[in-house]
Amino acid sequence: MKAYHKVLMMIASLSLGLLFLFPMWKIYLKAPQYPEGLEMHIWVNQISGDTDGAIQNFNILNHYIGMEPIHADSFAELKIMPYIVIFFMVAGILVALLGNRKLVLSWVVLLMIGGAVGIADFYMWLNKFGTNLDPTAPIKVPGMTYVPPLLGNKTLLNFEALSLPALGSLGIGLAVLLAGLVYYFSRNTVQVKTAKKVMV
Amino acid sequence: MKSLFTTIKKAAPAAVFTLALAGGAVLQGCSSGPGEGSATAAGVASDAAQAVYVAPGKHDEYYAFLSGGFNGQMSVYGLPSGRLLKIMPVFTQHGENGYGYNEESKAMLNTSHGFVPWDDLHHPKLSRTNGMTDGRWLFANGNNTPRVARVDLSTFETVEIMEIPNSAGNHCSPYPTDNNEYVIAGTRFSVPLDMKGGTADVSMDEYKDKFRGSISFIKVDQEKGDMELDFQILVPGFDYDLANGGKGPSSDWVFFTTYNTERSGSLKELGASQNDRDYLAAVNWKLAAKYAAEGKAKEMPAYYYHNKMDKDTHIAKSTIKKTVRYLLPEDCPGMMYLIPAPKSPHGIDVDPSGEHMVVSGKLAATIPVFSFSKMQDAIKNKSFDGEINGIPVFKYESVLKAEVPEPGLGPLHTEFDGKGNAYTSMFVSSEIVKWKLSDFTVVDRMPVYYSVGHLMIPGGDTHTPDGKYLVAMNKITKDRYLPTGPELAHSAQLIDISGEKMRMLLDFPTVAEPHYAQAIKAEKVAPNSVKFYDLAKNKHPHAVKKEADASVTREGNVVRVKMTAIRSHMTPDNIEGVQVGDTVLFHVTNLEQDWDVPHGFAVMGANTAETLIMPGATQTLRWVPKKAGVFPFYCTDFCSALHQEMQGYIRVSPKGSPVPISFSTGKKKPAA
Repeated sequence: MKAYHKVLMMIASLSLGLLFLFPMWKIYLKAPQYPEGLEMHIWVNQISGDTDGAIQNFNILNHYIGMEPIHADSFAELKIMPYIVIFFMVAGILVALLGNRKLVLSWVVLLMIGGAVGIADFYMWLNKFGTNLDPTAPIKVPGMTYVPPLLGNKTLLNFEALSLPALGSLGIGLAVLLAGLVYYFSRNTVQVKTAKKVMV
Repeated sequence: MKSLFTTIKKAAPAAVFTLALAGGAVLQGCSSGPGEGSATAAGVASDAAQAVYVAPGKHDEYYAFLSGGFNGQMSVYGLPSGRLLKIMPVFTQHGENGYGYNEESKAMLNTSHGFVPWDDLHHPKLSRTNGMTDGRWLFANGNNTPRVARVDLSTFETVEIMEIPNSAGNHCSPYPTDNNEYVIAGTRFSVPLDMKGGTADVSMDEYKDKFRGSISFIKVDQEKGDMELDFQILVPGFDYDLANGGKGPSSDWVFFTTYNTERSGSLKELGASQNDRDYLAAVNWKLAAKYAAEGKAKEMPAYYYHNKMDKDTHIAKSTIKKTVRYLLPEDCPGMMYLIPAPKSPHGIDVDPSGEHMVVSGKLAATIPVFSFSKMQDAIKNKSFDGEINGIPVFKYESVLKAEVPEPGLGPLHTEFDGKGNAYTSMFVSSEIVKWKLSDFTVVDRMPVYYSVGHLMIPGGDTHTPDGKYLVAMNKITKDRYLPTGPELAHSAQLIDISGEKMRMLLDFPTVAEPHYAQAIKAEKVAPNSVKFYDLAKNKHPHAVKKEADASVTREGNVVRVKMTAIRSHMTPDNIEGVQVGDTVLFHVTNLEQDWDVPHGFAVMGANTAETLIMPGATQTLRWVPKKAGVFPFYCTDFCSALHQEMQGYIRVSPKGSPVPISFSTGKKKPAA
C-alpha cells in the first residue's frame, strides 16, 4: 500500500467520527397542526429532536394511540454503540498503519455487517413501538398499527412520516466507500511487488 | 398673497363635504330604518380590495398597535389587512386570560389608591433607537389613575406599570426621547399639590393660587427597559394636553400643548376657552436632566406604586416609592419656555427634520407652524413678552414660521410621510388634509367617517417615517356598519399615501376607542416573538416540572395544589380533604414545550376568571369554597382531541371534617 492509500484509510476511519457530530437517522413528521414539522433525531448515543421539547411532543402525540413513551434510557444500544464505533475507528487506524490490504477488506466487511445489524435493530424497534400498543389507549383504530417507515414516507392517521438517513450515516457510507477504494486501488501495488519479486 | 379665488377653491371641497354630511343626516332622519353609509364609495380606490388583500396564510407587512381607550387595553392589528391579531390587557383585568385576576398578575394593577382594575389607555408609543422605532417595547399611558405601562414585544405581555405621583389625568404621556433616555409624562389636570405626595384639601376657588401641573421624566434602562421616575418639573397650573419630542437639531427638546391657561376650575368648556392664545411649552429635557443631576432638584415625600413582572417567575411584584425629586422652572434658567399658540391647542407634532413644530389648534382657523431655528434666535435675542412663574413667554411672531391657511375645521393631530408632506386630522370637518411643509399649502383632502381623532403613519412621529399608509381613527361610525344597538364600534380607515393623491383602501371596526396608534414593519418584531417559555427556566416558587412532583398540602387553612397540565390531563385530577372556608391555591404548571398549546384552568364557583397558562409557565387561581360537595375543574382552552376529557374533581367537606388530604390521577396515591 502506498502512503496515500494509508491516508485514505485513515480518513475512512476518522469519518466514522461524524456519528458523534450528527444524527444517523431522522424521522420527520408533518400534520395539519404542525406546519413547522416535528423531527426525531436518532444518534449513535442519544435520541433528540429539532427542538428541546420534540421528544416530549412525540410522546404526547403517541400516547393517544397507546404507544410506549420514547426515552433514551430504554435503548441499551445507545450505550453500546459508541464503543463499537470507537472500536471501528481505532481498528481502522491500525489497519492504515499496518497497510495490510486483506485487513482493509475485513474492516470494510465487518463495518458493513455492523451497519446492517444496526439498521435491522432500528427496524425491530420501529416495529415494536408501532405495534405494541396499550389496549387502554384512547384512540383505537381497528387493524391500525403505527410502524414508522424505515426509509421513505408513510401516512399514519393525521401524520405524514418521512424517514431518512442523516449526516451521521454519511460517516459510515464514507468509511465504506473510502476503505473500498483503498482496497481497489491498492491491488496494483501488490501486483507490482509480486512482479518485482518475479523479475528478481 | 394668494388670490381670493384660490382661497375659495381650496376651501370648497371641505365646504361641499360638510354640506354632504348635513344632507346625509337629513336623509337618514327621514328613512324608516338604518341604511348603508351615505358616502360609502367616496374616495375609495378602484383597486382597494387588491391593495389590502393578504392571502390566507400570508402575513401582514406591519404590526399596528391601536390603543383601546376606555377599555384599558391595546389591540394588535395587521396592516394592510386590518385583521385583529390580539388584544393585550394593560390596565384592565382580562377575563380571557386571567390577567389581573390570577395571583401572579394581580399586583400589576396595584396603585396608591388600592387595586384599580381599569384605566383609560390613550397613547401607545414604541421604544426607539436613534430616533427610530426598534420594536422592543411599547409604552402606554393610563389616563384616569396616572400610570405608565411597558409591554414587552417579545411576549406581547404587560411587564411593568408605574404610577405617576403629583399627576391627575396622565394624558400628555408617554413620550420617549430618541434613545428611550426618558419617557416623558405630563399631567392633564392641574391639582393642588400638598407637597407630600398627595393633593391638598383646598377650595376650588383657590385654583389660581394653589393648583400646579407636573411633567415626569421616567428613566428607562437601556438593556432591560425597566422604568424609574428620575424627577418631575412642577409647572404652572394649566392643562397639559399632548407632547412630542424634537428631532435632529431639536432632539434635546420636548414640546407640550397646554390649555386652560385661564386657570379656570369649573365649566372649562367656556372657562378654558376665553384666551385667544394658550401656550406651547418647550422643555429642554437634556438641560433638565443636567439640572437634576447637578443638585437643583429638591426632594418631597411621595407615595406611589411601581409594579414589575419577574421574567423568570412570571410573578408581578409591587414596590412602594416614598420620595420624588422635582425641579422648579424658576430655579432652572433656559430649561423651559412658553410659545403662544392659538386657543386651546391639541396636537403638537414635530416634523422629521426637527425644524417645524406643528400645533393643531382645534378651535383655530389656521394651523400655526413654529420654527425651531427661530426659537433659538428668539432665546438669543430675548424676544420675550413677559413671563409666567419665571418661564419666559416668546413673542408669537418671533417663533412663528407660517400658518397653514384654511386647512379645514377642528385640526387635532399631524403626522408626516418623510417626503415633505404633513397630514392633519380634522375632527369637525371629518377629513384628512395633506399639506406641504415647503410652502404650507393644502394639496389634498380625504373624507373620513366620522370625526377623526388621531391619525397614524408608521414611524410618522419619528425621524424616518414610512410614508406608505395612513390610519385614521374615527370616533363616530353611525351608519357605517350593521347597527348593533345604541353602542357602536369606532373605526379605523386605511389610506394609501404613497402617491400624490390619497386613496381610501379599507375601513374596519375597532375594539373600544382607539385614540392613538403606532405601527412598525413586521420584520422588526416578528422574529423575536417567543413561542413558549422554557420549562427548565421557570423559577415560580410553586412550579412542578414533572407529574411525579405534583402535590396537595395543607398549611393551616390554606391548601396548596401544585398541579401539572399536559395534553390531555391534569395531575392530580382527584383531590380530597379540602374544607369549606379553606383558601385553595391551584398552582398550575403547563408542562408543554410546544408552540401554541396553552392550557386553561377554571373551577366551578370560583369568584374569579379562568387563568390561561402558556407552555412552560405557572399560574395560580385562588378559590375559597363556600359549601361542601364535589366541584369539577377543567381545561378551558381547546388544547387537543381529548380536551373535553381534561377535567377533574375536588371534594369539599364541612369545616373540621376528618377526611384527610389525598390526591391522585389515574391510580390512587397515598395520602400526603
